[in-house]
Amino acid sequence: MDGMTTMTEQNTMTHGVTAGLFENTERKRLRLADETIALEVQDLNLYYGEAQALKRISMKVAAKRVTAFIGPSGCGKSTLLRCFNRMNDLVDACRIEGKILLEGDDIYDRKVDVAELRRRVGMVFQKPNPFPKSIYENVAYGLRLQGVRDRKVLDEVVERSLRGAALWDEVKDRLHQNAFGLSGGQQQRLVIARAIAIEPEVILLDEPASALDPISTAKIEELIYELKKEYTILIVTHNMQQAARVSDYTAYMYLGEMIEYGDTMTLFTNPRKKATEDYITGRYG
Amino acid sequence: MTLKNWFKSGSPWVWLNAGAIAISMIMVVGLLALILVRGFSHFWPSPILMTDLITHDGREIRIVGELSRSQVLPAQVLRDAGVPIDDDIQLVTRHLIKQGNRDVWGRDFVWYPEIGMSQWSYPRDVMRLERREWGDFYGFPVRILEQGRTVAEGDQLWPELQQRIRRANDIFDEIRRIERREIGNVNHRMERVRLSERRLDLQLREGRITVAERDQGMAALAAQRLVLDQEYAVLQEQLDALYKDVRRDTLVTRVMDGREWEIPMAQIIRAIQPNDMNVFSKIGLYLKQFWEFMSGYPREANTEGGIFPAIFGTVTMVFIMSIIVTPFGVLAAIYLREYARQGPLLRVIRISVYNLAGVPSIVFGVFGLGFFVYFMGGAIDRNFYPEALPSPTFGTPGLMWASFTLALLTLPVVIVATEEGLSRIPSTIRHGSLALGATKAETLWKVVVPLATPAMMTGLILAIARAAGEVAPLMLVGVVKLAPTLPIDGNFPFIHLERKIMHLGFHIFDVGFQSPNVEAAQPLVYATALTLVVLIVVLNLTAISIRNHLREKYRGESD
Repeated sequence: MDGMTTMTEQNTMTHGVTAGLFENTERKRLRLADETIALEVQDLNLYYGEAQALKRISMKVAAKRVTAFIGPSGCGKSTLLRCFNRMNDLVDACRIEGKILLEGDDIYDRKVDVAELRRRVGMVFQKPNPFPKSIYENVAYGLRLQGVRDRKVLDEVVERSLRGAALWDEVKDRLHQNAFGLSGGQQQRLVIARAIAIEPEVILLDEPASALDPISTAKIEELIYELKKEYTILIVTHNMQQAARVSDYTAYMYLGEMIEYGDTMTLFTNPRKKATEDYITGRYG
Repeated sequence: MTLKNWFKSGSPWVWLNAGAIAISMIMVVGLLALILVRGFSHFWPSPILMTDLITHDGREIRIVGELSRSQVLPAQVLRDAGVPIDDDIQLVTRHLIKQGNRDVWGRDFVWYPEIGMSQWSYPRDVMRLERREWGDFYGFPVRILEQGRTVAEGDQLWPELQQRIRRANDIFDEIRRIERREIGNVNHRMERVRLSERRLDLQLREGRITVAERDQGMAALAAQRLVLDQEYAVLQEQLDALYKDVRRDTLVTRVMDGREWEIPMAQIIRAIQPNDMNVFSKIGLYLKQFWEFMSGYPREANTEGGIFPAIFGTVTMVFIMSIIVTPFGVLAAIYLREYARQGPLLRVIRISVYNLAGVPSIVFGVFGLGFFVYFMGGAIDRNFYPEALPSPTFGTPGLMWASFTLALLTLPVVIVATEEGLSRIPSTIRHGSLALGATKAETLWKVVVPLATPAMMTGLILAIARAAGEVAPLMLVGVVKLAPTLPIDGNFPFIHLERKIMHLGFHIFDVGFQSPNVEAAQPLVYATALTLVVLIVVLNLTAISIRNHLREKYRGESD
């Protein structure tokens, strides 16, 4: 349903408007071949019971860049994102073939500790999901899991993470109040702070701004721009302008297949495939 | 508006719904009002009437007492009973008079016909004595005797009487204290010495100790026993002196037929002249009597005195039950909801658990008696208390088994409520924790269970409400009509789980239906029922306020 509304909005947007996004920024065309590779997907197939949700996906993800996944609802982009930290393991009927390499090691290897993997690959969900604890304890949660008890270390990390998520100034006077007292946008930034507190290598963002108002959305986008200095970021979004604004690379997916993958500027201004062009110009369907 | 339109508008349904609610409210309020009025009015001092009655066979008798209630019946009923009544009289009134003095007359409640009664009067100097034995006494004070000598009569009598009653009561309290606490303590230690001796004998027989070791142990125990015997002798001497002291005074009274009757001062708890009291002293007396009811021990086959042991037993049992049922039920619910593989087997288990809630409670009582008391209790006795056998320690109904049985009875309620609570925790919160590298167990204990605590409290509230009011199974597994000691006291190990307890619910049944003196017991039934209702409300309110506090803490995400 979300996809449908986005598409009607997209109908009023011409190909040129999308391209216009890039004229004000000094963005260069990027080439994957020049990048350090953080993640590599090799021939990934994913099944929910009998139904195949992802078909022969292969891609390389650049380190310290933002990679966006776009596509209509049900195309498998969220499913693919959840493969990177093995959240799909929680779905009973889910079966995966193929490999995902994180710095060269297969994360689906039998010997991999899933909890350890998720510490390296953090995730932020569509709906803000703070824990029913204080702001401080929310951010400290991951560290406490790792057995950190030193108050000084915790204080430091909490402040650094909240600053990193551009939330520090708004909450520094009420760190010990319940996190449910924050607004939706603040809660989402808190969740991001919580994710970066454990210093992951990769951060997965699953439609992080879709439940937020435009101002909060803008803040999140700015934040993503800051975060990519230190983290590899993968983001799923319905909003093509957002993808164009924040990402360095974009993958267009349709019905479980990766139709086109390349640097964002090329994909939006000069797509190689007709299907991609139809989707980004709103002629899809 | 036509009838059809009226039906279409939905008003009939609204009226029907409102009517249902109104009837429910009337029934609840009516029930509470009845209990409140009957329960509270019991402690109000009623006036004492005096009247002369000429009976149908010409005898003249004087009646002194309190009006209990009156009745109007067809005259034929009395004629059939052999009372001659003029033919032109259709209806007769009769009064139930509480004339007390069970030791004088044998009967303390008597019906008298109104025909033949003179005008009622309320003499100011008639008094009511509340006594430790034989129930209330009505009569006129004549004089006070101290070791047979008259020390007060006439105008000085009343203040002197009050003072001497206070003295006697002080001595009596001291006697009670020595008997209950100090002699109870000595007895407790003597029993332990006896058990230790038996244990040594048993160990010798089983060959675990040598004869020399046994003799050594026996010698030590004998020394202890000697000390205890001496302590006991000292206490007994004190008691004898106190008993002698308390028997010093006697009150001579005149009962309604003019005879003089002597009452030892030690028997009197309180003497009042209700016809001579103003409203404030009546209120004071009311509060005092109410407090004695709540804090005192029962007397006279539970028809008099207080209900403190029953309140204490009920609360203790409910607490122990909560301590058992909460962790047990929560753990079971967590396994069912979080870990067990969802499938047909689990569905069968879940339905069985839910249906346990519908099993009649007496069935739990039978199970508790068979399994907990005889099987488990018997095993405990054989293994841990062999020296006390053949008299059982845990192999007999008691507080612990009553609590276990109730815990079993209320287990489904806690499981169902906890499962509900767990299933309502949004999966996004669980995923948030897992995505930070938490294991399933860490997620469960750090995030999910804290969020579900309000639901667990709801389960506990329902469990408490059910358990506190349950009577039938308890009669089989540990509740008795009169328990000599409280389950918690100053003797090691302080909490005596093996002891039998009293319980408000059973107390109501016992006082109301097993009592030798129905008329005297009836107001106590209402007062006890009121106490039970209030107690359950208090327990529930406590639990509800804890739950609301938790809910506030986890505001926003839980129900």
